[in-house]
Amino acid sequence: MTEKRTPPRYRVSARARRDRLMSGLLLLPYALPFTMFILVPVVVAALLSFTFFDVINRPVFTGFLNYITVFTQDTVFMKNVLPNTFLYALVVGPGGYALSFLVAWMLTQLQRLPRTILALCIYTPSMLGSVFIGVVWRAIFSGDQSGFVNYLLLELGLTDQPIQFLLTRDYFMLIMVIVSLWSAMGIGFLAMISGILNVNEELYEAAYVDGLRNRFQEIIYITIPSMKPQMLFGAVMAIVNAFNMGWIGVTLAGANPTPEYAGQLITNHIDDYGFIRYEMGYAAALSVILLVVVYLFNRLAYRFFGEKEEAAA
Amino acid sequence: MRHPVRKPRRSAYSGSRINPKHFSAGQIKFYLLLLPLAAFMVIPVIMIVNRAFMSLGELHAFPPRILASRFTLDNFRALFQMSSTTGVPMSRYLFNSVVVTALTVLMNLLISVSSAYVLSKKRFRLREKLFSINQLALMFVPTAVAVPRYIIIVNSGMLNTIWAHVLPLVAMPVVLFLIKQFTDQIPDALIEAAVIDGAGDLAIIRRIIIPLTRPALATAAVLSFQQVWGTVEASNNFITDDSLRTLAFYLNAISTNNAVSAAGMTAAASLILFLPNLLIFIIMQSKVMNTMSHSGIK
Repeated sequence: MTEKRTPPRYRVSARARRDRLMSGLLLLPYALPFTMFILVPVVVAALLSFTFFDVINRPVFTGFLNYITVFTQDTVFMKNVLPNTFLYALVVGPGGYALSFLVAWMLTQLQRLPRTILALCIYTPSMLGSVFIGVVWRAIFSGDQSGFVNYLLLELGLTDQPIQFLLTRDYFMLIMVIVSLWSAMGIGFLAMISGILNVNEELYEAAYVDGLRNRFQEIIYITIPSMKPQMLFGAVMAIVNAFNMGWIGVTLAGANPTPEYAGQLITNHIDDYGFIRYEMGYAAALSVILLVVVYLFNRLAYRFFGEKEEAAA
Repeated sequence: MRHPVRKPRRSAYSGSRINPKHFSAGQIKFYLLLLPLAAFMVIPVIMIVNRAFMSLGELHAFPPRILASRFTLDNFRALFQMSSTTGVPMSRYLFNSVVVTALTVLMNLLISVSSAYVLSKKRFRLREKLFSINQLALMFVPTAVAVPRYIIIVNSGMLNTIWAHVLPLVAMPVVLFLIKQFTDQIPDALIEAAVIDGAGDLAIIRRIIIPLTRPALATAAVLSFQQVWGTVEASNNFITDDSLRTLAFYLNAISTNNAVSAAGMTAAASLILFLPNLLIFIIMQSKVMNTMSHSGIK
């Protein structure tokens, strides 16, 4: 669009040239670190994924071997990591997203003061760092009788001996999901509150004249369509969050890999191969797979809420 | 001719119930759902705050306690003393964290606001393309490229320097995104007037863009602070010299290495890490909400 508006028919004046130079200079301080730590790493990961690289020797080109290994040899990946990642991402991503919207919507039905206080309470966990999350949830799910959940279960007679919540695979994923949802109400959630509050009042009134009957229809036909931009922002944040939280399992277990790989997500698998076994080429292949999966999920979100398709391309 | 005037049927509509001014009975059901949820969200936080002030005996008491009966500062004292035995005093970690965080947040805001200005107010060919690249980068997952980042840090000689903390985090796509969306609201006429008065780009950024995007900048500061203050990526991967690592790393190490014996200390540590986040957010809260209304992706 902009190309058409500024056709280079006449000679670019000295002033315009200076202006362009200045624009470039102003972009540079952001563009440089962006290129160096976001763009180039993605490209390097893509290149390394076709090599064997142990950090010490030069990378050796191996073609698609890493990818073939991921899908045919790596039983941990196929049996644990992949199903775990999808299960986790589906529950925490779309689940956390729907929850964020519902809670945000309910909050907007309240007056300002109670809304602010409750929103702060609900937002707080997303501010806590990994240290905090590890400390508190390890205390709650501690495997002896002094763990809060075990204490309650014992008191209520639901179990006769403490359950090793964080050392065995039975409940590990469930706990990870609870903890993740607990800390998933972040800025996407705040954006949704703002979005709902900003929907034009008259739209509701007009819609009721046109035969809208209840609040469910209100949400489906008015609220969500009028705040698509915030919905999309929230969706992108939710997806990124869902794939970025691999550390939660490691924090809860206190070790990577998690017990019997019960909470092993693809990001932990990358860490495991990259920084514990130093098989950087293989880790890079896993990274590329992760980035592709995240990208596909985002395409889906843009399909739902995007107004112009090319934004996602 | 006279028609009977039919009132439009709007029986179901009783005024939008968004952001009401007064309490109504219809809100009770929302309170019934929201209050338990809020409790579930905050109770773990209250627990940790209390555990930070509990005595050793109380921490391991049976039945387990949520609230401290007597507040003691022993855990904080132990935390400070323990660091002196490892060779690097805790004050050093704290100093590193403060420097790294301040530098990163400041640089982050400056470079983002200048880029946001260019992407929002200048007309040039690549404008849309550049912004959509940044928008694509919103979905960037840093852990996915930990390996290449490490290689870049090593090869650029940044290993074991403060820049290994700062530079990987200064370009934050979400920050640029939020500030740019906010800058879009500033009328072009204002900038044209400034240009006619002879203001250069830097003057425009300083006197128009920064003052008018204050809410977005506050939000950006909150987000960027949260990211930097709590991160352990750089200390774990790019720094091998203990005296250059950050508080988050140190407190994290204590909590994973001595999970049982240092329960009180780790609680104290996590409180120290968390409080600045909370305070900054509460102070900036209204500005954050203001920014979020412009945060949409169109």
